[in-house]
Amino acid sequence: MIRFDNVSKVYPKQTRPALRDVSLEVEKGEFVFLVGSSGSGKSTFLRLVLREERASHGQVHVLGKDLARLSNWKVPHMRRQLGTVFQDFRLLPNKTVAENVAFAQEVIGKSRGEIRKSVPQVLELVGLGGKEDRMPGELSGGEQQRVAIARAFVNRPKLLIADEPTGNLDPQTSVGIMKLLDRINRTGTTVVMATHDQNIVDQMRKRVIELEKGRLVRDQARGVYGYQH
Amino acid sequence: MRAQFVLSEIGVGLRRNLTMTFAVVVSVALSLALFGGSLLMSDQVNTMKGFWYDKVNVSIFLCNKSDAESDPACATGAVTEEQKQQIKSDLQKMPVVDTVTYESQDEAYKHYKEQFGDSPLASSLTPDQMQESYRIKLKDPEKYQVIATAFNGRDGVQSVQDQKETLDNLFKLLEGMNWAARAVMALMLVVALMLIVNTVRVSAFSRRRETGIMRLVGASGFYIQAPFIMEAAVAGLIGGAVACAFLVTARYFLIDHGLALADQLELINFIGWDAVLTKLPLILATSLLMPALAAFFALRKYLKV
Repeated sequence: MIRFDNVSKVYPKQTRPALRDVSLEVEKGEFVFLVGSSGSGKSTFLRLVLREERASHGQVHVLGKDLARLSNWKVPHMRRQLGTVFQDFRLLPNKTVAENVAFAQEVIGKSRGEIRKSVPQVLELVGLGGKEDRMPGELSGGEQQRVAIARAFVNRPKLLIADEPTGNLDPQTSVGIMKLLDRINRTGTTVVMATHDQNIVDQMRKRVIELEKGRLVRDQARGVYGYQH
Repeated sequence: MRAQFVLSEIGVGLRRNLTMTFAVVVSVALSLALFGGSLLMSDQVNTMKGFWYDKVNVSIFLCNKSDAESDPACATGAVTEEQKQQIKSDLQKMPVVDTVTYESQDEAYKHYKEQFGDSPLASSLTPDQMQESYRIKLKDPEKYQVIATAFNGRDGVQSVQDQKETLDNLFKLLEGMNWAARAVMALMLVVALMLIVNTVRVSAFSRRRETGIMRLVGASGFYIQAPFIMEAAVAGLIGGAVACAFLVTARYFLIDHGLALADQLELINFIGWDAVLTKLPLILATSLLMPALAAFFALRKYLKV
């Protein structure tokens, strides 16, 4: 699903690399936590997977494709097989819940019939059945994140990238979101989630990858947060 | 891609920065009206050239008695019958010459009276003060120089005059004005392009949230850019339509009605409607493609994948 071979990333005009010689592999169907303090390279890792950035050294493979060799115009097709969820939800405030989810299908040219069928389905899955016509502003944080997850999942991606999806949510709501991500994982979708949330990592007992100052310092199956700074 | 979705995005974008859209429409309209105007001006000059060059002559003025006393070119005295015959036969032998007509002193006097009959100078004039002349129509009006070198300075010839030269001054003036119009047009075009680039960037910036999400869910670059490009194209097309309307009204009021130059200046044949109408598709196409291209290049930096 994801393979990093000796990947380093140095941003222009910076001497210290954001990632140093990272090698790892994420298999199909895995659930992986990415932990580390701010500036440890988590975001860079995710940006490389999404090919918002290119690696300075080494090779990044996502879904079996070498991203360095992927031409720009093929990137959108690669991203259609990924779902992304962010801390700040990134919903369109002037569109309804259903329209926000449908947006992900409209922009890749799905037919209206398909959209009409799949949107209610996925909203039901994330537990927002009956809230199709609400505006994002009327929803709680947890509900907004569920809309974002519905949007990320509506095209049935093989890989779901979540960048601190519970960062803005209270612990109880976070648990609900984690249950949802776990359910999505059980459908066969690989999930990579960057997080600071110790409780969640400790409870879920999934694989934990820890970055520190750009280096991979821990890769542990069924791990705990363990990061104490 | 669903057309309705794209169209609604364009509508939203155009309305969102209405003042900028308006500025684009006006600047495109003005620059393209000037563009069309200068094209039509060139056409007008060309039709006038064709019309007038057919009518102009080269004149060889012959010396009369009073010239013989005052003009150094006529130092050998007034033209003799022999010299006249010689000039005529020489002219008829020249391949560039189409026709030769002779104008006697009496005819010259008559023509002068017709043209300037009321002036005090005309009443004091007598026929023997007028000049005899040969009026030559050339096969190619540009070949004036051949006649000039052959007959200037010959005994009995006072001067060789080309009426075309007088016209050429007028055409030079018209063409000069046309170049000035083109310079203004180029400037307006640059202004229009910069406005379009700026408008598209503002539009892209105000919708960066949407475009960011579009990128995330894997919309293609074209799909993300299309609404912005079409926005610019629609604004440009409106401007082009305004420019077309302006040209048509200008033709209507300047030439046919209103100012009615066609009635007042009967000596000038004006360009027809066909000349105006054939320019319109060119203007519309420019108004559509130019802003679209400008938008495309403006977005390359802003909407990378």
